[in-house]
Amino acid sequence: MKNRTLILSALLAGAFATAHAGEDLSGKVSKLVADSFKPGEGQDMSRLAQDDTQKTCSKTRNNPSAKEADAINARERGNIKYPDGNHLMGDWKNGEKLVKGGFGMRIGSIEPDPAAKQKGGNGGNCYACHALDPKEVAAGNIGPSLTGYGTLRGASDDIVKYTYEKLYNAQATVACSSMPRMGHNGILTPAQVADITAYLVSPESPLNKK
Amino acid sequence: MKRNLTVTGMAAVVLSLAAPLAMGEVSVEEYRAMLADKDANPGFLVIDQGEVLFKTKRGPKNATLEKCDFGLGAGKLKGAYAQMPRYFKDTKRVQDLESRLLTCMTTLQGFDASEIKKKTFADQRYNETNTDIEMLAAYVAYQSNGMKINPPLKHPAEKEALKVGEAYFWNRQGPMDFSCATCHAEDGKRVRLQSLVNVYNKNDVQATMTTWPTYRVSHGVARNMQHRMWDCHWQMRTPDIEFGSPATTALISFLTHQAKGGTYDLPGMKR
Repeated sequence: MKNRTLILSALLAGAFATAHAGEDLSGKVSKLVADSFKPGEGQDMSRLAQDDTQKTCSKTRNNPSAKEADAINARERGNIKYPDGNHLMGDWKNGEKLVKGGFGMRIGSIEPDPAAKQKGGNGGNCYACHALDPKEVAAGNIGPSLTGYGTLRGASDDIVKYTYEKLYNAQATVACSSMPRMGHNGILTPAQVADITAYLVSPESPLNKK
Repeated sequence: MKRNLTVTGMAAVVLSLAAPLAMGEVSVEEYRAMLADKDANPGFLVIDQGEVLFKTKRGPKNATLEKCDFGLGAGKLKGAYAQMPRYFKDTKRVQDLESRLLTCMTTLQGFDASEIKKKTFADQRYNETNTDIEMLAAYVAYQSNGMKINPPLKHPAEKEALKVGEAYFWNRQGPMDFSCATCHAEDGKRVRLQSLVNVYNKNDVQATMTTWPTYRVSHGVARNMQHRMWDCHWQMRTPDIEFGSPATTALISFLTHQAKGGTYDLPGMKR
C-alpha cells in the first residue's frame, strides 16, 4: 500500500512537473516578436526567423532532452564547412587580430554600424566571454578561460579538428551551448576560423606563453 | 594632534602606493562608489526638466500631462511607477511607464505616437540632450522613490505578460544565437569587465530594477528601461525592437516581478 501510494504520488508529481515546465509558449513568443519589430530602413527582419536549433533551445530553455540534443548535434555537425584545401591550422597572427576584433553586424535605424561592418568577417569578439592572452585582463567569463589552451591539449590533428569544429559550430558537440555558431552564422569565414584555431593551438601563440 | 596628522599622512602614502598595485576589482569598486554618490547625480537635473515639461501645455491640444492616469487615478503620480507595469482598461493592454507616457502624450496632448517613436532616445554620439520622453519618464518614476516595487498581478493580461515575458527572455534569435538568458541567468558573469545582472538572483535583480531610470555616465543622459531593452537587442544584433512594444513591455513585466519588494533608489547612476 505504502509503495503504491509512493508510486502514485511520484507519477502525479512527474505529470504535474511536465505540464508546468512543458507548457509550450513558443507560439505566443513568435506573436510577440511579430508584433514588436517593424520592417523598415536599416532593419533585417530575416534575423528574427529562428532555425530549428534556436527553436528547440528556446522552448526547452537550453535544456533539451537527450533525443533533442542528439538531433541538434547531428544537424549542426552536418552544417560544418571547411576551408579550401582543408587547412584547419591557419595563421595564428591573423587569429590574434580576429579574437580581439569583433565590433560590427549591428543594424537598425538608431545606431547601425557602418555598412561595411554590418556583414560578418570583422572578428570573433572572443574577449567578451573568454580569457585568452594572459596579458589581457579585460576578459569576460561567460565562457571558460582558454589561456594555455594548446599547452594543455597539444597540437595533434585530432585537437586541431576538434578546435576548428568547436569554433565553427559549438552546437555540433554541445546542444544549446551559449556560444554563437561563429562559422555557421557567418560571423567568421572558414579561413578565419582556421586562423583562430591556430591562435588557440600553436605553441608560438601568446595565449600559450607563460 | 601633530602626531595624528603624521599617522594620517603615512596612511595616505601607504594607500597611494597600494593603489597602483590593486587590480581591476578594487578600482571598479571605487568607481561604483563614486557613481552611488547621489549629490553628484546629474539625473536630478533631468528630473527637474521632466517636471517642467510635464506641467507645460504642449501639443496640438495645448494640454499638460497633469491628468495622465498611471494606474492610481488621473494625476496621481505618487507611488504610481512602483505599481507598474499594469493593465489599463482604456488601452486594453499591459503598459509600463514609458508606453503609458506615449498614450497620454497622444490622448491628452494630441501628439502623433508614430512621430514620437521616430526619436525616443537621445543620441550620445552627438552629445544630444535627453528627449522629452526620457525626461518625463525620469520625473514620473522619481515620484516612487523610496517605495517598494509592487506591480499588480490580478488581471489575466498581467499574468500573461509576466509568463510570456519570461518565455521571451529565453528566446534565442539572431546571428549570435543569443537570448537575454545567455548573459543574465547565472551569478557572477561578466562581458569583458562589465558585471551582468542575474535576474534569477533576488538581490541582483532588485539592485538593478530599483535604480532605473538611471543616469548613464557614458551616454551623458538619463535612460529608461525601454532604452535598456533596445540596447541589449541592438547588441544581440537584432533589428531595432520597437519602443513600448508588447515584447519590451512583457520583458519589463517579468523583470519587475522578479524584483518585487525592492525599494526604489532613484535616480540611478551607472556606467
